[in-house]
Amino acid sequence: MELNVSTLGFSEVNEQMRQTADQEITLNGCIGQRFLAAGTSGKYVKINGIAGNALGAYLNGTVIETSGNAQDAVGDTMNAGEIIVHGNIGDAAGYAMRGGKIFVQGNAGYRAGIHMKAYKEKVPVMVIGGRTGSFLAEYQAGGIIIVLGLTESGKPIVSNFPCTGMHGGKLYLRSDCEGIHFPHQVHKRKATAEDLAEIRSFVEEFCEHFGGSADEILNAEFTVVMPDSGNPYKQMYVAN
Amino acid sequence: MNFYPEFEVVRNDSRCIRCRVCERQCANEVHWFDADGKVMLSDESKCVNCQRCVTLCPTRALKIVKSDCRLRENANYSDQTIKEIYRQAETGGVLLSSMGNPNPLPVYWDKILINASQVTNPPIDPLREPMETRVFLGKKPDHITRNPDGSLDTTLSPQLSLSMPVMFSAMSYGSISYNAHASLARAATELGICYNTGEGGLHEDFYKYGKNTIVQVASGRFGVHKDYLEAGAAIEIKMGQGAKPGIGGHLPGTKAVGDVAKTRMIPEGSDAISPAPHHDIYSIEDLRQLVYSLKEATEYRLPVIVKVAAVHNIAAIASGIARSGADIIAIDGFRGGTGAAPTRIRDNVGIPIELALAAVDQRLRDEGIRNNVSIICGGSVRSAADVVKAIALGADACYIATAACLAMGCHLCRSCHTGKCNWGIATQRPDLVKRLNPDIGSQRLVNLMTAWRHEIKELMGGMGINSIESLRGNRLMLRGVGLTEKELQILGISHAGE
Repeated sequence: MELNVSTLGFSEVNEQMRQTADQEITLNGCIGQRFLAAGTSGKYVKINGIAGNALGAYLNGTVIETSGNAQDAVGDTMNAGEIIVHGNIGDAAGYAMRGGKIFVQGNAGYRAGIHMKAYKEKVPVMVIGGRTGSFLAEYQAGGIIIVLGLTESGKPIVSNFPCTGMHGGKLYLRSDCEGIHFPHQVHKRKATAEDLAEIRSFVEEFCEHFGGSADEILNAEFTVVMPDSGNPYKQMYVAN
Repeated sequence: MNFYPEFEVVRNDSRCIRCRVCERQCANEVHWFDADGKVMLSDESKCVNCQRCVTLCPTRALKIVKSDCRLRENANYSDQTIKEIYRQAETGGVLLSSMGNPNPLPVYWDKILINASQVTNPPIDPLREPMETRVFLGKKPDHITRNPDGSLDTTLSPQLSLSMPVMFSAMSYGSISYNAHASLARAATELGICYNTGEGGLHEDFYKYGKNTIVQVASGRFGVHKDYLEAGAAIEIKMGQGAKPGIGGHLPGTKAVGDVAKTRMIPEGSDAISPAPHHDIYSIEDLRQLVYSLKEATEYRLPVIVKVAAVHNIAAIASGIARSGADIIAIDGFRGGTGAAPTRIRDNVGIPIELALAAVDQRLRDEGIRNNVSIICGGSVRSAADVVKAIALGADACYIATAACLAMGCHLCRSCHTGKCNWGIATQRPDLVKRLNPDIGSQRLVNLMTAWRHEIKELMGGMGINSIESLRGNRLMLRGVGLTEKELQILGISHAGE
């Protein structure tokens, strides 16, 4: 199904997508409609234009690809599927994401990957090609976040206060992270060959979507950040 | 610092038969058997006064009493205050408590009295006349609309249908046990009301009770996914909780075990942390976005509830929520319970539900948006009388949780945060969980609600009212006693005698 959405509101667009039996859907002229493909499964949605807030919220298996930027809350609480953004994304991407993958060619805003979680083999992955704003991986409870810093911005790969409240998961930053301050409850170290082997397939997927060579990207210093303990606040309380 | 225990175990040795039930039943390990002296001994310092041993002692040889060994009396520095300082001086920790605020702050329910008909307007006998207690929660149309052919447009926003205006409030799987959830789910189904998953997700065994389940979405988004959202009869966005307004949830790693971890989707033994705010909600517009993302994901089939704690500016907040697209507002007062909250927050933050409820109902009426939303009142609704008063103050329905826990066997020892609930409710230890039999637990909940429903009908009948809808917001049915002008004004009721 191909749909010109330039004059439609979000509920009409989503309703038409629900109604069609077609698996492949192309939305043309997207001008920031929210909640696109929320909660859907089993479809491939190509979005030409700019997707609005909460793109693919609660996504349950659908693959979404946008030709341009996406706004805030990309993949909010998504469970399965893939979101591929040929551009930049706004704040709070992948909030509480619990499965599936998000690939972003450009930069992410504040609070990317906040409260991502994982359970056993179900591990969400977010790969950001450029850099991210402040509060990256805040309260991260699981999953893998990879920031590649491929955009030449001259700015550090992540802005202030990354990993506040992080208590699970793994963060990869393609940088030596000199001068970036991390909180005391996380542990920062240089990535080993095993660490990088773990993310090679995700970087290869990134390159399939946006071009580039995984070998070249991985041939650089990466920093890995993980929490020191699953119970960062245990010592804070006394039973009364 | 060691101080004399708060409670004493008084054992009547002439009655004690050394059966050692007390020893086996106490998860706090207060009791033990001394084989040499052939006596039962106890370490009172571990006792939380949950009354498990007292209840199960076959010869009534045991009682737990408050110790009279106190510090020197001081009306300013109470025993409790001083011991809290000792605890913090020793550990540097934030004080952590459970269940609702126990302090002697005003209970407005107890200062409100209900009307009855005499002579001029006959009371109704619920035993011989039909009385309607069914309520529908959700947006109500302001006016009649017609289809092009002149017929009535009967499409309504999604509604939550309840056989009586009481539901079991949110308690997460994790904070309470599998058997407690099973009891609540089964009782709600039998009663035709709803229970609430709380923020820990929904165990796969309980999806079958979905028609009587409210699924909650909180800041940690634990266990939230498409199937979960679609499983319930309504979705509740938890913005706040009466026992701990302004802070998030924190399930200690010791309770995040087995299926709890699986349901929440977090590693076993890892703390489950719900951030204080939803990090995508900083305004009513943002709230509207979460409301609509949930509606889009569930194709507008389910009503969305927004739950907030009763705080100073609650009327304005509720006005915003009523304009956010939400169908129902749940307001939780400062005496509401919790499985764990910092003591200082629980005991000092928030306002009484009675005042909050009256203020919200009045504000929404004044602004002409009362029909945009239904209102649920929670935060220490203890009896059918409290329910009737809440409805008359403007609630569409009430949430109960502490009362439901009591029905399941809770003795209000306020030690949920230890995870060692001897009654099998606020624990994940398998040996303790199995003490709560869901057959009995659900039956006791059904009994409690059936009794309340009869009482609600009798109270309504006494007023000459035969439908709960006619009672809602009917403040003429209430009078205050011992309240100031200001309190009466906020409650919107007259003083007794007026």
